[in-house]
Amino acid sequence: MKYIDEYRNKDLIRKLVNRIYRYSEREYTFMEVCGGHTMAIHRFGIPSLLPQNISLKSGPGCPVCVTGKSYIDKAIAYSQMEDVIVCSYGDLLRVPGSTSSLYKEKATGADVRMVYSLMDALKIARQHPNQKVVFLAIGFETTAPGSAVGLLEAGKEGLDNFYLFSSHKLMPPAMEAIVEEGIKIDGYICPGHVSTITGKEIYTRIPEKYGLACVITGFEPLDILQSILMLIEQLENHDPKVEIQYKRAVRQDGNKKAREYMNQVFEPRDDWWRGLGILKKSGLGIRKEYRDFDAEHEMPLETTTDEADRGCICGEILKGLKEPVDCKLFGTSCTPVYPVGACMVSSEGACQAYYKYRKHE
Amino acid sequence: MSEQILLSHGSGGEMSHQLIRDLFVRYFDNELLSGLSDSSVLGVCPGDLVFTTDSYVVDPLFFPGGNIGKLAVCGTVNDLAVSGADPVYLSAGFIIEEGMEMETLEKIVKSMADEAHNAGVQIVTGDTKVVNKGKADQLFINTSGVGFLRRGSFDINSGNEIKAGDKIIINGYTGDHGIAVLAARENLNIHSQIQSDCASLNKLISKIIRNIDGIHFMRDLTRGGLATVLCEISEDKFYGIEIEENHIPVREEVRGVCEMLGMEPIYIANEGKFISVVDPEEADKLLSLMHSEKLGQHAAIIGEVVEEHPGRVIMNTEIGGSRIIDMLTGEQLPRIC
Repeated sequence: MKYIDEYRNKDLIRKLVNRIYRYSEREYTFMEVCGGHTMAIHRFGIPSLLPQNISLKSGPGCPVCVTGKSYIDKAIAYSQMEDVIVCSYGDLLRVPGSTSSLYKEKATGADVRMVYSLMDALKIARQHPNQKVVFLAIGFETTAPGSAVGLLEAGKEGLDNFYLFSSHKLMPPAMEAIVEEGIKIDGYICPGHVSTITGKEIYTRIPEKYGLACVITGFEPLDILQSILMLIEQLENHDPKVEIQYKRAVRQDGNKKAREYMNQVFEPRDDWWRGLGILKKSGLGIRKEYRDFDAEHEMPLETTTDEADRGCICGEILKGLKEPVDCKLFGTSCTPVYPVGACMVSSEGACQAYYKYRKHE
Repeated sequence: MSEQILLSHGSGGEMSHQLIRDLFVRYFDNELLSGLSDSSVLGVCPGDLVFTTDSYVVDPLFFPGGNIGKLAVCGTVNDLAVSGADPVYLSAGFIIEEGMEMETLEKIVKSMADEAHNAGVQIVTGDTKVVNKGKADQLFINTSGVGFLRRGSFDINSGNEIKAGDKIIINGYTGDHGIAVLAARENLNIHSQIQSDCASLNKLISKIIRNIDGIHFMRDLTRGGLATVLCEISEDKFYGIEIEENHIPVREEVRGVCEMLGMEPIYIANEGKFISVVDPEEADKLLSLMHSEKLGQHAAIIGEVVEEHPGRVIMNTEIGGSRIIDMLTGEQLPRIC
């Protein structure tokens, strides 16, 4: 397959791995903060190719995983309202709230629909003018502009039955919080898709303030291995900085137009992250001007707790402090079929990736 | 006949009789069925009887390469064939939503008859129920099937004969059916040329069993795909399985759609694919036999049974790494068959 096979070329992979093997003096730990990277790393078996001195940790980069229980509880409450249709991406449906999940609610008759894009949700709103359509807007800088455009489109069309329930989050505050918490990593495999929107600017504080290496990385095996080599070389040269490996998709200054849409509709607010707690200005709320489309404003609900289930260590896993196999629940009472924690629900979650690809290693 | 299915077509009265006579008996025509009695007498069994059942709820009813009717015949025929049996008789139960177009139903029934003819089986008994509009999605079909076990075929069903060193062979491209159905769904807006691989495998399998010794196991690769079957046969066993990602036949288009949707072809459903676990001495012979047949022309050896990592399936990835293969969890695509 053109544009994919080139990035999975076995000979080039071997050459890169050989170069990485040359740096066997020091131990290096790198964190990937994008669920897409977590998945690719395990799917292609990248850890099996790396030397012992290099370890990879998964960070808080899967939007489903960092979303708190209270968000799920509210989404369930919306789904129980008579005249409401809840539209969501598939993964979120199975995340357990305090007592139920959207998946279970759907089975008992709630109108919960799985959509592949926000455009599908708009279509449903057009088809059901007498019902309220609530779209569960989750994701980082990558998906937030899309939500913004959807909301603006609804405004333009006069679709007064369409609402966003925002759980959009911003990546840099979480990346800084990880370091502030004293978690020992040497560098970040920076998210590729987020960076197509933001550009490299958002990460500059990380090498400057904390001395960590940063490489914006693509999602194919060659991308990831090349980035690991770039991270090592930055550190070996004592020159931590932000570099772009994923040049075929990421521009230095990102996508200005997309950011304009995002800033037009959303404003930063303090937000709760699984494992990290409340982080200042780390979430995106809908601006006053667009309140008519804000589910939280138009249909306010009481907030429930975000505390995790007893025994679940998703929080520590998301911070890279522990590995999924360190969790007592892992593989016993928490599996992809019966997940307890969000990291086991999402196909991009660290626990599910471990379970699927490295089980009982 | 009227142009649409009405509730009275399921009443058991005149309309039901008309539907059975003018549609089902007309297409499925055979002596056992045309007696229209409550049961069919199947005569003396020439050996052990093998019995299976399956229900079909695929959405949409028609997809590139097949429809729910063809699928309902192939699926049940294949379940019997991979058990080492020669399929002979099928039953067909129809649950129809009120208002379904008669013309659509006729097309489906006709393709069931064609596929039954193709596979050499007879549909000898059936049932029709009509439910109120909105209480079913157009049409669901259940087929049960009986076949006679071929002598010496006992163990290809159980997997008890599998041992380290055995080769694992697939009869062609994996993932075609699942992706063809997915692409046929309106909401995804994928335009592709991919056809479902939906086909009756009994003739090919019968030929293999007659000509090749040392077949230790066979299983068709339906929901959950190749990965799930490999996990099933190695679970709790004293051997492991090792497969080579690069050797698994996958069409470019299927790979492309999978990449786009974050799926893996080894988890996608098939309706005309099966794996054989075969003695290494016989593997090449089996492969050349398959290559000489239309339904096996893209067959490939994809891996082998190993002594290492008992109970686990390991895949050597296309880039030279290795990883575990686990069963499909959750539902990847509801109503794929």
